[in-house]
Amino acid sequence: MKSVSVHNRLGRVLIKSFTFIFLIFFSLSSNSQEVDEARQKAGKKLFQSLCASCHKLDKKLIGPALGGVEERRENEWLLAWIKNNAELRASGDRDAIAIFEEYNGSVMSAFPQLSDQQINDILYYTTVGELKKADPVNPDGATVVAAQGSAPEWLIYILAAAIIVAFLLIASLLKQVNELKGNVAEGQKSNLQRDLSELWEGIVQNTFIKVMSTILLLLIAAYVGFGTLYKVGVDEGYMPLQPIAFSHKIHAGDNKIDCQYCHSSAKHSKHSGIPSVNICMNCHKNIAEVAEGTKVEWDGVTYGKAELDKEIAKVYEAAGWDPETLSYTGDEKPIKWIRIHNLPDFAYFNHSQHVTVAGLKCQKCHGPVEEYDEMRQFSPLTMGWCIDCHRETDVDTKGNEYYEKIHQELAKKYNVEKVTIAQLGGLECGKCHY
Amino acid sequence: MASNKKYWKSVEELTNSSIVETLSKNEFVEEIPTDEFLGDKESLENSSTTRRDFLKYIGFTTAAASLAACEGPVRKSIPYVVKPNDYIPGVADWYATSIADGFDFANVLVKTREGRPIQIMPNKEANGTTSARVQASVLSLYDEKLRLKEPTRNGETITWTDADAAIGAKLSALKEANTPVVFLTGSLASPSTNKIISEFITAYPNVKHVVYDAVSESGAADAMMAMFGKRALPNYHLDKAKTIVSFGADFLGDFHGGFEKQYVNGRKPETGSMSYHVQFESNMSLTGANADKRVVLKPSEQVFALLNLYNAVTGSSVSSKATPVDAEVKAMAVELKKAGSKGVVLTGLNDKNAQLIAFAINKALNSEVFDTNNTLNTRQGNDAEVSQLVADIKAGKVGGLLAYNVDPAYSLPNASEFVDALSKVSLKVAYSTENNDTVNAMEFALPAPHFLESWGDTMFDEVTYGLAQPTIQPLFNSRQLQDTLLLWSGNSIKYYDYLKAFATENILGGSSWNTALHNGFYTKELSEAVAFDSTVDLSAAASALANSARKANGFELTLHTTTGLGDGKQANNPWLQEFPDPITRVSWDNYLTMSMADANELGFANPVRDNGAIDGNYAKVSVNGKEVTVPVIIQPGQAKGSFGLSLGYGRTFGLKEEMQVGVNAYPLYTNASNVQYGVSIEKVSGNHEFACPQVQKTIAGRHDILKVASLKEYKTVDPKDHHHGWNKPAYVSYDHKEVEANTIDIWDEHNRELGHHFNLSIDLTSCTGCGACVIACHAENNVPVVGKKEVRVGRDMHWLRIDRYYSSEVETREDAKELGLSRGEMYRALETEAENPEVTFQPMMCQHCNHAPCETVCPVAATSHGRQGQNQMAYNRCVGTRYCANNCPYRVRRFNWFNYANNDEFDFNMNNEYGKMVLNPDVTVRSRGVMEKCSMCIQMTQATIVKAKKEGRPVNTDEFETACSSACTTGSLVFGDINNKEDEVTSLIADKRAYNVLDYLQTKPNVVYQVKIKNTNEA
Repeated sequence: MKSVSVHNRLGRVLIKSFTFIFLIFFSLSSNSQEVDEARQKAGKKLFQSLCASCHKLDKKLIGPALGGVEERRENEWLLAWIKNNAELRASGDRDAIAIFEEYNGSVMSAFPQLSDQQINDILYYTTVGELKKADPVNPDGATVVAAQGSAPEWLIYILAAAIIVAFLLIASLLKQVNELKGNVAEGQKSNLQRDLSELWEGIVQNTFIKVMSTILLLLIAAYVGFGTLYKVGVDEGYMPLQPIAFSHKIHAGDNKIDCQYCHSSAKHSKHSGIPSVNICMNCHKNIAEVAEGTKVEWDGVTYGKAELDKEIAKVYEAAGWDPETLSYTGDEKPIKWIRIHNLPDFAYFNHSQHVTVAGLKCQKCHGPVEEYDEMRQFSPLTMGWCIDCHRETDVDTKGNEYYEKIHQELAKKYNVEKVTIAQLGGLECGKCHY
Repeated sequence: MASNKKYWKSVEELTNSSIVETLSKNEFVEEIPTDEFLGDKESLENSSTTRRDFLKYIGFTTAAASLAACEGPVRKSIPYVVKPNDYIPGVADWYATSIADGFDFANVLVKTREGRPIQIMPNKEANGTTSARVQASVLSLYDEKLRLKEPTRNGETITWTDADAAIGAKLSALKEANTPVVFLTGSLASPSTNKIISEFITAYPNVKHVVYDAVSESGAADAMMAMFGKRALPNYHLDKAKTIVSFGADFLGDFHGGFEKQYVNGRKPETGSMSYHVQFESNMSLTGANADKRVVLKPSEQVFALLNLYNAVTGSSVSSKATPVDAEVKAMAVELKKAGSKGVVLTGLNDKNAQLIAFAINKALNSEVFDTNNTLNTRQGNDAEVSQLVADIKAGKVGGLLAYNVDPAYSLPNASEFVDALSKVSLKVAYSTENNDTVNAMEFALPAPHFLESWGDTMFDEVTYGLAQPTIQPLFNSRQLQDTLLLWSGNSIKYYDYLKAFATENILGGSSWNTALHNGFYTKELSEAVAFDSTVDLSAAASALANSARKANGFELTLHTTTGLGDGKQANNPWLQEFPDPITRVSWDNYLTMSMADANELGFANPVRDNGAIDGNYAKVSVNGKEVTVPVIIQPGQAKGSFGLSLGYGRTFGLKEEMQVGVNAYPLYTNASNVQYGVSIEKVSGNHEFACPQVQKTIAGRHDILKVASLKEYKTVDPKDHHHGWNKPAYVSYDHKEVEANTIDIWDEHNRELGHHFNLSIDLTSCTGCGACVIACHAENNVPVVGKKEVRVGRDMHWLRIDRYYSSEVETREDAKELGLSRGEMYRALETEAENPEVTFQPMMCQHCNHAPCETVCPVAATSHGRQGQNQMAYNRCVGTRYCANNCPYRVRRFNWFNYANNDEFDFNMNNEYGKMVLNPDVTVRSRGVMEKCSMCIQMTQATIVKAKKEGRPVNTDEFETACSSACTTGSLVFGDINNKEDEVTSLIADKRAYNVLDYLQTKPNVVYQVKIKNTNEA
């Protein structure tokens, strides 16, 4: 994986350099215009709220690219079209009918609520486009440096090992030279050396210290050994490299998409379910690119817009979506995600019990997923971890008629208001192992 | 009283008791042969592994294993691209459909997980029943070895288009030349398919449709045609019956497709009346085993007994002969007349005349049990047409043969002649789900989908219309017969559309197609019976019948089907092969059943080896110049001078090597007659090794296993009466006093008032021993198949077994003493009883004792008790000491001696990708070295609880089920929560019939049995 990513990085650097040059060129050319910032802002705001789900400035989406649309159409026609395109088509306007047919009869919403001024602001925005920042920082610069700076880890290790070997060689050579020269004769030890050897002999002769230190050593060995062996098969922090650089931070964090919008099985089934590609396409049909300046930390590398857009393209490839013709080709390639949370066959776990019945937040077990770019296993998923929670947590009997009878009996017989999962039999082996 | 009867499981217990006694004490019949190896100096010296090497290997493997364990495998998770809307991974979907494979017909529900069918259950709304075979048919879907995968021509794969073109051209040529083409199918009972076939015949008028049933019931259908003008099988409403007299009709087995539900509904002791059932038979059949009175009679004598009964009931005097049981026959005639319209007579002889006589008796009784209007469509085979077809093929008169899902090259008595004659047929097409002998003999082989992949409809009787829908995408490149026939007839419509239109127009009468499809069935109005003037000459029929029986000489052979394999369609199904026959308890084999008297005369024996395995001798059986060599099982209750042999075994073509077991008996099935006279037998050399767990894991010989009482006792005697009670509590000696066992206890009681407390009630009166629950348990709990060799040494893994006990009138040793019999004399007396013992079935699984002996001895606490009453088994905790099994008095714990999954040594369904698709994802596949046992389907109870919690409601009374209780169609097994006062099981455990097996041990099981009540006709 590593070598491949290095190889890719070279290509990425080249591409980025070209983009950089291109961007500078572009910004120079666009900077020459005078821009009414207020109008542009007002237009952009309207555009993003009303138009962006179907239009982009520079490429086709559901509808045509709108950059420079003012040059292509009369202002009057545009106003009529935007306010009520159906009316315009019904009036027999040839251009209107033609554009309608070109886009396979997708109907554009009517916007009778917009004033002429507002529409003109939008159109102004489509003409002038994005404002250039006063001091354009190349967003790719950092990436380039990072990419160059992060030497492969194995190289460092090899270098370190080589240096250590070299030091050892030099040391032994020096020692040999000294011996050959006869500088160090038998019995001619320094004071310090003599003191140390006396101390050592003292320790060796003291049985108490010997026994105690042996016990200590054994205890340490046992502790370390147990700790190591205990971790076998515990994959806390397991963070495999996924086929698509999907960032939970962008989706669940920045955009606040509900976990169960994608993992919809969690409330019904034992499995939380990995969303099928058509769920991705619900949004990504309209989102072909990430916003400028989006960054994702992925496998030690920072992905910028260029890389992330390619990741979205992978979703299109899986779904068989052609972003040019805006249609499904039928050529589907399921995404082979790497499973992170692996429970052994003999342990039964049911998401719906915890999500729907207990009303737990996903984060309770999966950690602050909304802060993760790269998904990882947050909890150890060991039996002890399960049981700790079952011991501490009270069953929420309120508002669930299933528990009503149990709750009444508890209150009546034992005068107990609260009961933990463990007290209701949640620690029995057979509840999770069958 | 009744509980003191001597119960025994095998003939060997009566004759060779020392081995059996030893076996009854050992939980595991074979010791691990360590002493044998270590004690043998020579083998140790010859061993190339030195001690040092051994230690090195151990060290290396331990290190390697721990290194390998550090890095877990990378697992991929591949979601759908477009997920179907109505489907959630991890949640089971149920579909209603119906099975109609030509032998088994049933309304069923199919459980699917992640798009794969994993279990079949009866559709109880539609009165559906499932047998072991129907339950197991879900595994046959995944039979990658036997199923046809691609269309082929002479073994070469071709496309469907090419096949259509080539066959179409030949069909047209044959039509031009007006050469007969025969379309050979099994019983389809599908109205839409029949219409498609008739349209196909309209397009190709030279085609003739012939129906062939491997196991024929043509006699009954022909008799119906002659007497009532309708070629179908009569229906028997046994729930209405007061007196049932059956002459060899195994109606709880495969006779007409099984009547167990109606039969049991007519035998509920709570209602105060039970039907009185007398069975005259030669073989010990499932039906005979359940009868109130079983009269052992050779087949030829059954014929005369039937004729004598006819004479006695109708007062006529048709030609007959005296039989040894004429007194019983006379008594039955009186009984039948007394019962009047509630009496019924059945005969299992596949003979038109015999059926006519039985029909005539029912007619004379004006029997309302016997129904000739709402008839059964499940057997339509016509023996005369089939034999005519074979003759025509031999004569070269047939130009084309299309065979659909039949295997005449295996199941015809003259199969080899049939195959040889096929060279004279120019168009040979086999349309089949599986690759069998017939497919092999034909030019074209076209794969048909399994019924779980198909659309379809079935008219079971005249009112029940069952719909079939696919529950999985076709696994292979198959196409439905109906689609193909429509295409060949030049109709471009798809079968689904055709079926929908057909059903809407002809059947549903305005009700919704979607509702019918959802329910899986639709009940039509029964049309009025059409009057028919019968011209049958009954006395001619009777004399023809008598003459045929008079010809009987030598031994007589009854050919029958077994509960496991039926007609042999599913012979490659490991679940069915390992399913022990309810009567003989033999799996992986068929055999000649022989009476003990004949065996002694002819020198046959079934010695029991010291590991509990049973051996047998071979017999060469010849009938009509045909010979087969079969192993012999001595069967108590077999009529002297008669043998029994089952059909459906001995298939070899395409089967896995392990499944190529048994002997093909179809060559003896001449004229489709299930009784063959003039049989000669010869003992031949060789020792046959049976796989029969009957003397292994036995708890026979202990007290209070079975309790049986008569209906009279049930009604009049106090069950707990100290002397005559039929359900006396156990007494134990405490402080030198006899006290009721349940008054003393060495354990504290668990508190189970809170939440659920599960109990299973098993009614021995309603259990017919059919074994559907055994297969349902297999499917639900991923129970592995271990193969013949392992079953032989007692390592079968069935979580649920059905113990079959024989019992005799001479009861206990105390009774024998009273009668002044010595011990030897007592066993001799029992042996005489073995000529016709009473039979009782007892489903036996983990009893989920509240005070479980297994739990206290587990050194690692791997088996423990749950608050809900289930005895839980944590496989991952078990270290395999087997102490628990040793301490279990019920012998229901099973040890995984090997890894049965992904192991080439056990090449059954868990060793291939297709077969593994049937596994239940909610249940662990156990690994080697752990103990397992019935879990009371904890995965099902937990799922029910979670469902209720999610929906925020209490669990409904009928919601808790186990696999066995939902598979049980007679209602013998009832599962539920005794903390719910309204649950059926709560009243059952308080019933006066309720008892616990071995209750003097006070293990306090959560499985409760109901005393078996027999109607001895005294009440």
